[in-house]
Amino acid sequence: MADLFANLSLGFGIALSPFTLMLAVIGCFLGTIIGALPGLGPSNGVAILIPLTFTLGLDATAALVLMTSVYYGAMYGGRISSILLNIPGDEPALMTTLDGYPMAKNGQAGDALVISGVASFVGAFLATIGLMILAPMLSRVAYSFGPAEYFALYLLAFSTLGGISSNNQAKAALASCIGIGLAMIGLDNNSGMPRFTGGNLHLMDGIDFLVAIVGLFAIAEVFFFIESHGKDSALGVKLEKVTIPFRDLANSGWCMIRASGVGFIAGILPGAGASLGSFLAYMSEKAVAGKDGKFGTGVAKGVAAPEAGNNAAAGGALIPMLTLGVPGSGTTAVLLALLMTLNITPGPTLFTDRPDVVWGLIASLLIANIVLLLMNVPMVKIFVRILQVPPSVLIPGVTMVSFVGIYSLTGSYFDLVLMIGFGILGYICRKLDIPTVPIIMGILLGNAMENKLRDAMVLSGGDWTYLFSSAISTGLLIAAVLGFIAPMFLRRYITKPQRISD
Amino acid sequence: MKTKIFSVLSTAVVVGFAASNAFATECIAPANPGGGWDFTCRSIGKILYDIGEVDAPVQVTNMAGAGGGLAFSTVVNKRGSDNDLIVAASSATTTRLAQNAYGGATADQVRFVGAIGADPGVIVVAADSPFQSLNDLVEAAVADPNSVAFAGGSAVGGFDHLKPLQVLKAGGLDDITKVRYIGVDGGADAITQTVGGFTQAMSGDMSEVVGFIKAGEVRVLAVLTEERVPGFEDIPTAREQGYDVVAVNWRGLYVPKDISDADFEAWGARLQAVADSDAWAEQMAANGLAPFTKVGGDFQSWIDGVIAQTEDMSRQIGVIQ
Repeated sequence: MADLFANLSLGFGIALSPFTLMLAVIGCFLGTIIGALPGLGPSNGVAILIPLTFTLGLDATAALVLMTSVYYGAMYGGRISSILLNIPGDEPALMTTLDGYPMAKNGQAGDALVISGVASFVGAFLATIGLMILAPMLSRVAYSFGPAEYFALYLLAFSTLGGISSNNQAKAALASCIGIGLAMIGLDNNSGMPRFTGGNLHLMDGIDFLVAIVGLFAIAEVFFFIESHGKDSALGVKLEKVTIPFRDLANSGWCMIRASGVGFIAGILPGAGASLGSFLAYMSEKAVAGKDGKFGTGVAKGVAAPEAGNNAAAGGALIPMLTLGVPGSGTTAVLLALLMTLNITPGPTLFTDRPDVVWGLIASLLIANIVLLLMNVPMVKIFVRILQVPPSVLIPGVTMVSFVGIYSLTGSYFDLVLMIGFGILGYICRKLDIPTVPIIMGILLGNAMENKLRDAMVLSGGDWTYLFSSAISTGLLIAAVLGFIAPMFLRRYITKPQRISD
Repeated sequence: MKTKIFSVLSTAVVVGFAASNAFATECIAPANPGGGWDFTCRSIGKILYDIGEVDAPVQVTNMAGAGGGLAFSTVVNKRGSDNDLIVAASSATTTRLAQNAYGGATADQVRFVGAIGADPGVIVVAADSPFQSLNDLVEAAVADPNSVAFAGGSAVGGFDHLKPLQVLKAGGLDDITKVRYIGVDGGADAITQTVGGFTQAMSGDMSEVVGFIKAGEVRVLAVLTEERVPGFEDIPTAREQGYDVVAVNWRGLYVPKDISDADFEAWGARLQAVADSDAWAEQMAANGLAPFTKVGGDFQSWIDGVIAQTEDMSRQIGVIQ
């Protein structure tokens, strides 16, 4: 415990410098805007801003502070457009539309925004505490993870992600396979031979996942905008005045704490992340409240639960990312990419090798949280106004940032062409209701999964039972199979909630 | 609020374009910012300017792709006679050239100026391993090549893979294809696998294991240098244990082939000046590098030897035909 406070003071010593504090405020502000803009979630926000940290020449700690502030900010911001427009700013914010939009329609838009803001704070704050206490313990766990265990873990990530991100397991599996297939492009780690490169040197390192992320999310969004001629962007609900609904807050206190716990655990599971966190939090609170809870008709708890859940999951997702190098969500996947380009290898030794990075990060999360609470409750009207930026300004801006950002990665036009290609793929996938997140996961983790499987086979001399040689790997493999199959049977009871169309 | 968004966007554009201006001496780092080649370019470039060897600050260009192959083919095909261009290189450059991983390019298409520092290779076991010395490990492996599995931070056939094979070969093991090796994601990961007991030994660079030595998690059986490394005098070399293997991850430069001999020698002199500077000594100490200075003709012949040896070994383990 004494260690904890010593570490924390080290962290605050780093994170409280005026410069990093300024970065935290800027990051929170940008993040909230990005989260609030429909379609631009935390993954996109962090992905788009990564090139900026290089060009600004930020050191590792400063870059991390900026990016995690954007990450947390976007988690907060996602609720604004969910409540006011019935358009989730990002995927985890989907659940917030269920009760948030009805509340806004009932004239309680201000209440909904304040409750969700406070719930976001509670969820993120508790998760950061959990991260502080549990991460060093979980970091020892990594020594019991060999190739077989890692392979099972990656498999679990893919199968649980598939169960959550789509209504159709086959489509999620298809998307994962597309991603894993794309990951096979490049040098084969086990023989040093190029695969599927067609002799093109640009493809020798494989496809850069940032190119894929920006293409699939941002560029696909542009195509949708072109198709719809920019409709659907006006504010649907007027926001009159904002007061603090103390009674509703007090009533949903326990609900927020329970939802935070559920979200945090969901966040630790790799691949499930914030979407699963908000989903489970909402479903479990709905079950606790029963029929009289009136979930879905615009109740405070229906807003508080998913927001606490998704923000707690965001904190929980940092644990496997920092200690194992396995991202627990799309956004932490992007953060992992950032860490690796900063030459920081997340893993069990990160906590002993770079305490400045880890504890600086944790302290900055706490700071970002408080900044965000202050920003989002009294200043919520400012962010609402940003939603009124006409898309004819917004979308060209997104396009420009995407092109400049990707070009600055390698300075080659080839990546730009590839990015547009991914944009088209993203457009087609969304038209066919094929989730794009598993594609990203595939590109990001496909190689690692393949390598771990092959490593396991090298170590065991080709004996497949090696994959079941430890309790951890066996348990993970069983969980992976269950995680993929269970949603097919449970689908009738817990359908992925659809947006209210009215 | 609109203006704020615009200012962010326009900043992104301005900084984006500022990074692509080219003037003065250029140093190409064939990888993204943050890695070893980037470090080579940035520190050598800065010292070159600080000690007055060049007139303007050196412009560092990151040209990542194909493990350095993109930069290599750019230099060979488009910048063949640019006398104001230097390119960061290391053991990875020569290993990949020897294994024909640069799309048919060969080492004689550029000129290697020199190396001015090296990350010593090490063979490491977990602190609780039964192997107390390199002899124990080699004897076990010679008796049963299947009994010792290595983990390393480079792919199969990469430098970390070749290091233990060279040692085992020197110890009398002929069929090195039987030795198991897994290439994981960096040295830290390789050590984790070894401490966790999934592999019996780890092969890597000194800088990768320093943190683990301090934490008491590992025992370094041998360092693959000619002399013991300053600061780590208690770690024996492989040589003094009877295995004549020197494998270091050197840091150095190459230049385009078609520059004049005078220009080439000028680069050698400048690199030597960097090697002799105090600033470079500090940089080496801060980044876990040991002194290793070879400049000029001496370096070229050493490189030729390393490439021939790598080619031979790669052919034996089937990485190249």
